Amino acid sequence: MKRQFDPRRREFFKVTSIAGAGFLLSFHLPWSGKLEAFAQSRQTAFAPNAWLRIDGDGTVTVTVAKSEMGQGVLTALPMILAEELDADWSNIKVEQALADKKYGDMGTGGSTSVRTSWEALRTAGATARAMLVSAAAKRWGVPESACRTENSGVIHVPTGRKLAYGELAGEAAILPVPAKVALKVPKDFRIVGKRIPRVDTPSKVNGTAQFGIDIRIPGMLYAAVAQCPVFGGSVRSFDEKQAASVPGVKRVLRISSGIAVVADSTWGAFQGRDALQIIWDEGPNAHLSSDDIRKMFVEASGKPGAVAVNEGDFDNAMAKASKRIDAIYELPFLAHATMEPMNCVADVRKDRCEIWAPTQDPQAFQKKACETTGLHEESVIVHTTLLGGGFGRRTETDALSQALEVSKAMGAPVKLTWSREDDMTHDMYRPASYHLLSGGLDGNGRLVAIKHRIVAPSISESKWPGSTKNGLDDDVVEGAVKLPYAIPNFRVEYVMANTAVPVLWWRSVYPSQNVFAVESFMDELAHAAGRDPLEFRKALVTGMPRMRKAMDMAAAKAGWGTPLPAGHARGIALSPPSFFQTPVVQIAEVSVGTDRRVRLHRIICALDCGIVVNPDTVEAQIEGGFVYGITAALKGKITVKDGRVDEKNFDDYPLLTLDEMPVVETVIVESSEPPTGTGEPGLPAAAPAVANAVFAASGQRLRTLPMKLL
Amino acid sequence: MPSFTFTLNGKETTVDAHAGTPLLWVLRDTLGLTGTKFGCGKGLCGSCTVHIDGDAARSCITPMENVSRASVITIEGLSLSHTHPVQRAWIKDEVPQCGYCQSGQIMAAAALLKKHPNPTDAEIDESMGNMLCRCGTYQRIRRAIHTASEEGGVR
Repeated sequence: MKRQFDPRRREFFKVTSIAGAGFLLSFHLPWSGKLEAFAQSRQTAFAPNAWLRIDGDGTVTVTVAKSEMGQGVLTALPMILAEELDADWSNIKVEQALADKKYGDMGTGGSTSVRTSWEALRTAGATARAMLVSAAAKRWGVPESACRTENSGVIHVPTGRKLAYGELAGEAAILPVPAKVALKVPKDFRIVGKRIPRVDTPSKVNGTAQFGIDIRIPGMLYAAVAQCPVFGGSVRSFDEKQAASVPGVKRVLRISSGIAVVADSTWGAFQGRDALQIIWDEGPNAHLSSDDIRKMFVEASGKPGAVAVNEGDFDNAMAKASKRIDAIYELPFLAHATMEPMNCVADVRKDRCEIWAPTQDPQAFQKKACETTGLHEESVIVHTTLLGGGFGRRTETDALSQALEVSKAMGAPVKLTWSREDDMTHDMYRPASYHLLSGGLDGNGRLVAIKHRIVAPSISESKWPGSTKNGLDDDVVEGAVKLPYAIPNFRVEYVMANTAVPVLWWRSVYPSQNVFAVESFMDELAHAAGRDPLEFRKALVTGMPRMRKAMDMAAAKAGWGTPLPAGHARGIALSPPSFFQTPVVQIAEVSVGTDRRVRLHRIICALDCGIVVNPDTVEAQIEGGFVYGITAALKGKITVKDGRVDEKNFDDYPLLTLDEMPVVETVIVESSEPPTGTGEPGLPAAAPAVANAVFAASGQRLRTLPMKLL
Repeated sequence: MPSFTFTLNGKETTVDAHAGTPLLWVLRDTLGLTGTKFGCGKGLCGSCTVHIDGDAARSCITPMENVSRASVITIEGLSLSHTHPVQRAWIKDEVPQCGYCQSGQIMAAAALLKKHPNPTDAEIDESMGNMLCRCGTYQRIRRAIHTASEEGGVR
């Protein structure tokens, strides 16, 4: 299902003349190529995905069809196009696309935006540039080869004459689209690779940035929904009298996911919702608990799993091994906890529907709205706002469904807002998991065999029941397979253990669990072998030069092996390229106080993400990925009790805070390869690097997250 | 519905609001000043931070009764030209990622710098340690506070 982009396709570009002597160039992008599962929801390929417009006044407008959730895509994607166009960056305008299948896959996730847009955006810029050069050469009656471009203008080299792109736009638009254009070599890049300031930053420091929750439509009402706290429960009966008498409340209505309260303000809707008296039918999960789920996982771990990898002969190798190590790692369910709680504005009319949403998947929103309203997609307009965090959570349409139902019933635009408690208790969670690892060393302390049995719920199976075959789910083993290590006898098994707890992609998805288990275990093996954890790994990283380079750079930067202040220690972990295709090495320096608290001092993160579009953004993503990962490792845990989530807000689901923040230093391996992902790769190695450093500092091997020292 | 009079971003403002309504929702829903954000509703995250009579305060747990006659400054009013030293430092050091918590972070940082024009890291920890950011911009927040401090002119 994964498709490769083919820049040679002739029908790739379409040039359209527009009024005002400008021209439009539309082009296609390939499928996102994220997890197979993400792609399964798509049926269209190669539809136009972005528009470049050059106006007569010289303004270059780039429409971005990916969602901005903090990763800098509103800046990075236009930078790629502007580079090949030789555009004047100061005159670039960036627009957010409305949901439309002409853009191809607008889904934003899997660290895909830059790498899947790279070739197409470059080709788009280069093609437009070539046409502008042709137009100028024609006007001057000179050969194209005598022209060059810079700062949104064509220059005739021998005479120094110059025409701005805006002056040429009308003529360029009627020229044939060249079948083939030359792309720049990286050494000629003038925009790509620079620390171009993000286009969204000014609005984010002065209060004008518009997130979904900030949308205001004339005549808009505000709504909140009471949903059954128990997974799979429903409303048995309710009494609205008290809610209806709350000041500002306009109406109480039953919708498919619970009871909605509509008011003249968000606060009124919240107050009304709190005053509802509802008797829930708690359904079959009323007694489900984390303990039950753990018991089920432990039981499941006794079964042989579906075999994902079987290289060599694990059992035979272990029979001959001189040392055997076994370990169990456990990770909890986790919430996404985006800072902006779930929300959606919908205006459902008879003949049209308009939606404003902070969504990672505007086309899924459009599809859902078409299904709900019966309207055709031309009549369903979806505006993607800025996202106050995404992390996978905003691929879902649950808040949209509620907003649609309420707006339809009220005949008015409605802003549906979740409280933090709604957000925490009705998330779709990062799956919990249970990992059995066994490994063997020979008499010389060399690694001869590893077996890894993963017990976890399948997100694919939850999203698309029946989509996995023979108990195997390729997504679940991401980060546990295709390891950087040459392991002669290597076996990975998966035991599917689905529960009633809803699950979803969470930043870096399954590598967030598997890399913790694998890299902690590698550390255990290194210590069992009496070897330095870096040297032990280096001896095994024989076939992945990019990882090897990152290891050397991380070690040099961290000063691996050099003395540290008393009580401090280092730990290392590697994150395999996985679906985001980026190898990462992290070295953590920590100390453990007498209060048994882990203190983070300095984190080195080396990665090879190919050509870097914007180094500052890459660094920011790595810092962010580390924080997201270490927050989970030190603090994150969703507990199920009586069929419901116990954690409600940031007091019982705490986040890392500024005073706990270490220095994170990002080291980028220089490369001329095409870009790979950076949004997620900073996460998986965070927990094991820190856990391994904690072991070095305290002698305590922490195999269960969140970390708890004795 | 009772009415409340206070000074908002330098202008005397009177609003009608149900008793007990937090300032946050009056700012956002009644007055349309959406730069102040809703994050937790319990004063736990700091995304709703504004200045009340010069001090950083969490508007999600501040009932309107408490701001009668007070002076409230929101992110929109921190600097009319958006050039407060903290805002300039935030741009220079590229602090925001998703940006949702940043109005609150900036208001908290501006209040800190007013009290401590040259804050130590410990003072930054102390006053910014309960301002949550899910994107992990903390090290840039720290850097930008130092930048704002070094470039001076903190009002």
